Amino acid sequence: MLLASCQREKRDIRPAPTRLAIYGDAARESPLRPGGPIQPQPVATNPYNGSSYDISEGQRLYNWYNCSGCHSQGGGGIGPPLIKTEWIYGGEPENLFDTIVKGRPNGMPSWGGRIPEYQIWQIIAYVRSLNGLQPRSATAGRNDTIQTNPQTIVNRTQGATK
Amino acid sequence: MSAAKTLVITLCFSGLLTLSACAGHQQSAIDPTGPQSGQIATLFWFFTFLLTAIFIVVLALALWTLMRRHRGIEQEPLEITHLPSPATETKLARIVTVATIASVIILFILLVSSVVTGKSIADLSTRKNALVIELTGNQWWWQVQYDNPDASRILITANEIHIPVGRPVEILGRSNDVIHSFWVPNLHGKRDLIPSRVTNEWIEADQPGAFRGQCAEFCGLQHAHMSLWVIAEPEAKFDSWFNAQLKPALAPSDPARQRGQQVFLNHECIFCHSIRGTAAAGQVAPDLTHFASRRGIAANTLPNNLGNLGGWIVDPQSVKPGNHMATVALASQDLQPLLEYLEGLQ
Repeated sequence: MLLASCQREKRDIRPAPTRLAIYGDAARESPLRPGGPIQPQPVATNPYNGSSYDISEGQRLYNWYNCSGCHSQGGGGIGPPLIKTEWIYGGEPENLFDTIVKGRPNGMPSWGGRIPEYQIWQIIAYVRSLNGLQPRSATAGRNDTIQTNPQTIVNRTQGATK
Repeated sequence: MSAAKTLVITLCFSGLLTLSACAGHQQSAIDPTGPQSGQIATLFWFFTFLLTAIFIVVLALALWTLMRRHRGIEQEPLEITHLPSPATETKLARIVTVATIASVIILFILLVSSVVTGKSIADLSTRKNALVIELTGNQWWWQVQYDNPDASRILITANEIHIPVGRPVEILGRSNDVIHSFWVPNLHGKRDLIPSRVTNEWIEADQPGAFRGQCAEFCGLQHAHMSLWVIAEPEAKFDSWFNAQLKPALAPSDPARQRGQQVFLNHECIFCHSIRGTAAAGQVAPDLTHFASRRGIAANTLPNNLGNLGGWIVDPQSVKPGNHMATVALASQDLQPLLEYLEGLQ
């Protein structure tokens, strides 16, 4: 017990404000787009994967920056839901990064240069946790909003992909 | 005996010295500047002197009991079955009865004085022409909103409350995240700010001055750096401050500050902060419309000047680790115009 308690999660409390050279290009989509399936080739990985501190920061920022205004608490509203298995522009962290930074047609604004990069990764970590894609040890035992886990994720995009 | 006396006297004096060291400060409950804190201070001194007297009497009796002549060691010890004489028995019973009654009376006096003080503090709320201020606690700063029936005269500012002298002020306390506590010792006791409910407290200042307040409920990493100033001013001065604060920020006239404004508007700043008169309308961080008129930055962690502001913007996490101010990528040539713009927001 005592030994296990030594392994404390590291908080990146002083993140570097740098913008990656690849800002806005975290994933290269297949050149065949539009048309074919997306096969992203990740260029960047989420530095905050599996970090409970950053997931909770992401949850705070998700509301601060009013993601909830369109996506509600992940169930969707004006914008598409964020709890689903089939994503229009890909659901991997690097796809989400691109989507947030570049924006997407029909309403998703471009947030690049408006939200610091490390905070975008925190928001992504939180959105992934909504989908049960973060370790259980890093997520809240009981969600504040929609209760999800890998077993109960259903594809909510059907008929609502816009 | 004399050694014990010296000890007691030394203790009393050092206690008084410690207390008197607080007087005259900008954050002290025994240096009252309002009717409520005045009554609280009076009650405090009444309790302190009465209880100190009792403490000294009890200690003196205990010492007297220890020091008085006792039976010699060579004498036979008393039998276990030994009973005091009926005369001693009566005397002891009388002493115990008197002490018990005295204790009850003293406790009752303390109770009554405490209740009376509490009631008279609450009486302020029956007075008219009060100023209503909504105070919202955030990790780790204070949002201050002056309510007004005329919506165009509602004022939002942060970390600094200006109040007119001699006018009661109702503080409506809220919180956006965890429990905070509003405490300006010179004016009143503590009042918790609790998420999803409204608490209230009435304050009033008797004399002009600046009184420091501090969050008094542990609220996370930067609890210690969550302070505010209450600045009491004569009514006329308060009115002119209020009217100046209501105005939107003046558009910068010189090129450096104009560039600074563009830097502000084209960076992450506007997502959290608002500056009335510009496109910046963020709601989750302190309003910066008249930023330069405030005494401190980062909830009064640092005095408000160009150098401190530069350090704060470049690396907020070194000043106040864990705070929610984003670390922004700022080009080196952008910093100085931005600082000049912000420090000119009078």
